[in-house]
Amino acid sequence: MQNTIVALVEDKPGVLNRIASLFRRRNFNIKSLNVGNSEKPGISRMTIVVDDSVNASQVEANLYKLVNVIDVQDVTDEPAVIRELALIKVSVTPEKRNEISSLADIFRTNVVDVAQDSMTIEIVGTEKKIAGFVELLRPFGILEMVRTGNIAMMRGAMAGKRYMPGKNGTEEQKQYSALSFS
Amino acid sequence: MKMNGADIMMECLVREGVDTIFGYPGGAIMPVHDAMLKYPIHHVLTRHEQGASHAADGYARASGKVGVAVATSGPGATNLVTGIVTAMMDSVPMVCITGQVPAHLIGGDAFQETDVTGVTLPITKHNYLITRADEIAQVVREAFHIARSGRPGPVLIDFCKNAQLDEIEFEYPEDISLPGYSPPDHAPMDDVNKAVELIEAAERPVILAGHGVQMSGAMEELRIFATKTNTPVSMTLLGLGALPASDPLSLGMMGMHGEACANEAIQNADLILAFGMRFDDRVTGVLSKYAPHAKKIHVEVDPTEIHKNVAVDVPLMGDLKTVLADMIPLLDEYDHPQWMAQIAEWKAETEERSIMSWQDDGKLYSAHAIRAMWTATEGDALVVTGVGQHQMWAAQYYEFEKPYRLLTSGGAGTMGYGLPAALGAWFTDKEKDVWLIDGDGSFQMTQAELSTMMQEGANVKIVLLNNSYLGMVRQWQELFFDERYAATPITGPDFMKLAEAHGIPAKRVTKPEDAMDALEFAKNTPGTVLIEFQVEKEELVYPMVPAGAALNEMLRRPIKSEK
Ligand SMILES: Cc1ncc(C[n+]2csc(CCOP(=O)(O)OP(=O)(O)O)c2C)c(N)n1
Ligand SMILES: [Mg+2]
Repeated sequence: MQNTIVALVEDKPGVLNRIASLFRRRNFNIKSLNVGNSEKPGISRMTIVVDDSVNASQVEANLYKLVNVIDVQDVTDEPAVIRELALIKVSVTPEKRNEISSLADIFRTNVVDVAQDSMTIEIVGTEKKIAGFVELLRPFGILEMVRTGNIAMMRGAMAGKRYMPGKNGTEEQKQYSALSFS
Repeated sequence: MKMNGADIMMECLVREGVDTIFGYPGGAIMPVHDAMLKYPIHHVLTRHEQGASHAADGYARASGKVGVAVATSGPGATNLVTGIVTAMMDSVPMVCITGQVPAHLIGGDAFQETDVTGVTLPITKHNYLITRADEIAQVVREAFHIARSGRPGPVLIDFCKNAQLDEIEFEYPEDISLPGYSPPDHAPMDDVNKAVELIEAAERPVILAGHGVQMSGAMEELRIFATKTNTPVSMTLLGLGALPASDPLSLGMMGMHGEACANEAIQNADLILAFGMRFDDRVTGVLSKYAPHAKKIHVEVDPTEIHKNVAVDVPLMGDLKTVLADMIPLLDEYDHPQWMAQIAEWKAETEERSIMSWQDDGKLYSAHAIRAMWTATEGDALVVTGVGQHQMWAAQYYEFEKPYRLLTSGGAGTMGYGLPAALGAWFTDKEKDVWLIDGDGSFQMTQAELSTMMQEGANVKIVLLNNSYLGMVRQWQELFFDERYAATPITGPDFMKLAEAHGIPAKRVTKPEDAMDALEFAKNTPGTVLIEFQVEKEELVYPMVPAGAALNEMLRRPIKSEK
């Protein structure tokens, strides 16, 4: 099992370094970390997956303590959409090309590059789906693979369990559902 | 008005209320020192940047204000590091300003370029790199706010030389915007009520008062809380002074060298009220056996401390003073006669085993020197210490009646902290009665600051407890390394001559009967005075909780008749 945490951070130089340094210092093991733009200019959004040997509430509290971290949500046990993208380059022979293509179809992936003796497939989905696909491709020979790590977003108008120090369990926290911050 | 960056920095510091800066000049910070001449700020030239950071720390702890240290780039900045760690571990509000090479040279290994924001990232509450003059005012405002609010701590500003020299139109920012920074104040009432239920049900409660009590100024709330609920109070090293030592509810210090009565109370309690403390390993003993019968309430402003070392039943995240003030009206008066009787028994045994009942064997013990100093200063001195046995004896035998009277490196245990921190403390109020209790090892680490004291005409009374050993390490060698004294015998200079070379009156004490006279001499002689006590070399600090033991599995000092 693992915990998935979303953090909104100020888009300033060195912020990623602060977070990486924090995780190293506190001995939190990162499974994956993804950073990109959010809907607000100047605010980046991170999705961080830690394995469950790490106490998720400690991760949240420590992230929150960083001055440049604006908001932290734990979406692990929430109705959230969690997705990952992977590029997988498999080795192909003329005899195997069709077999691989039909597997790619079944998994609703895109073939993004075809060469003489290789094929690159783009797959989007949950970690589990990608893992399943990878297992099926393995016998053909995987030449290269890259995965983005999870990105996560709550369904509907909900936000995850927000980390609000000093306010946990209060009405204020329970009602706080929109990602509104100034 | 157009001003250069260095002037803007000074202008902003003055607006933050800074009147004293501890520092050392160098190429990359020259414009800042140059600008200081124009402002009502006194710069204290320490003899090493470590001294500057400890002095800023001492200034901050003694005054509650933000201490400021300044150094040049490269080695100047790295020399600050030990002082920054010391302040970080003990939550001391401090702003360090370091020169940096011009922004366009960063990354090119220019002369005295060091990645100082990188080096200090894990040891500061926050840090900044200023590359343009128009960032200065905003950064300084934020830095001071972050350093002093919530759980205080050191903030470092690395200041590129081009930004110091560039001239811009100066505008003081009215507001700061830190969207990700808002320390909690009130704890949720739901949680407060849960805590009150536990307090009502408790039969054997004990309060653990940490540094947070004094940092949030909650001494009065603590006293009312403890008195109303009839709850004994033990204190951490940095918590000493939160409740007067003479208060009947005081159990004194807890932990590895804490009073046995405090440690027994914690291990036997059915409710622990942790106020502004962080369950450091030096106060818990082995965690698996810590306070096994107790429910735990933890009032703490830093959310990362909750459940970090010890899982608690009711966390109250908020400012301690605010939370206690919210809680007190909800409490009734409680009585725990059996518990108090048990505690009285433990206290009596603590008394019996005290080294103070050894007064008559003709030997000069550090504890006696410290107790004599207590008498000479009427228990009202501001006491600064080094790190080692003398530090623990100072904590045990200088019975602190008032808050903000003990400046000591707790979390980091930094030897060499004492002398520069005492200097910094003196600058907060030159009438203050500042006494340094130092070990011969600790003192020699930063003794160059004697020159600074001389240059500044400082008034610090130095009590040097010379046991010719790195005593605390020797104690461990005696107990756990079969008395193999590797690297712990230490000689020093002739401290009388050292003092003389600095124009400091000094006396050496070798017999207990001379202690009082020497201390009176120190007290009545204006300016800095050094008294060297040549104490028993192989004395042990008791009680002691050995590594891996439960908090009440202590080595105790033998009762005198048994020795
Ligand atoms: C900078 C630093 N180096 C090493 C230590 C480890 N250490 C802790 S106590 C101690 C001995 C201190 O000796 P002294 O100042 O003479 O005090 P005493 O214990 O003899 O009273 C040492 C070496 C430390 N705490 N700090
Ligand atoms: Mg010594």
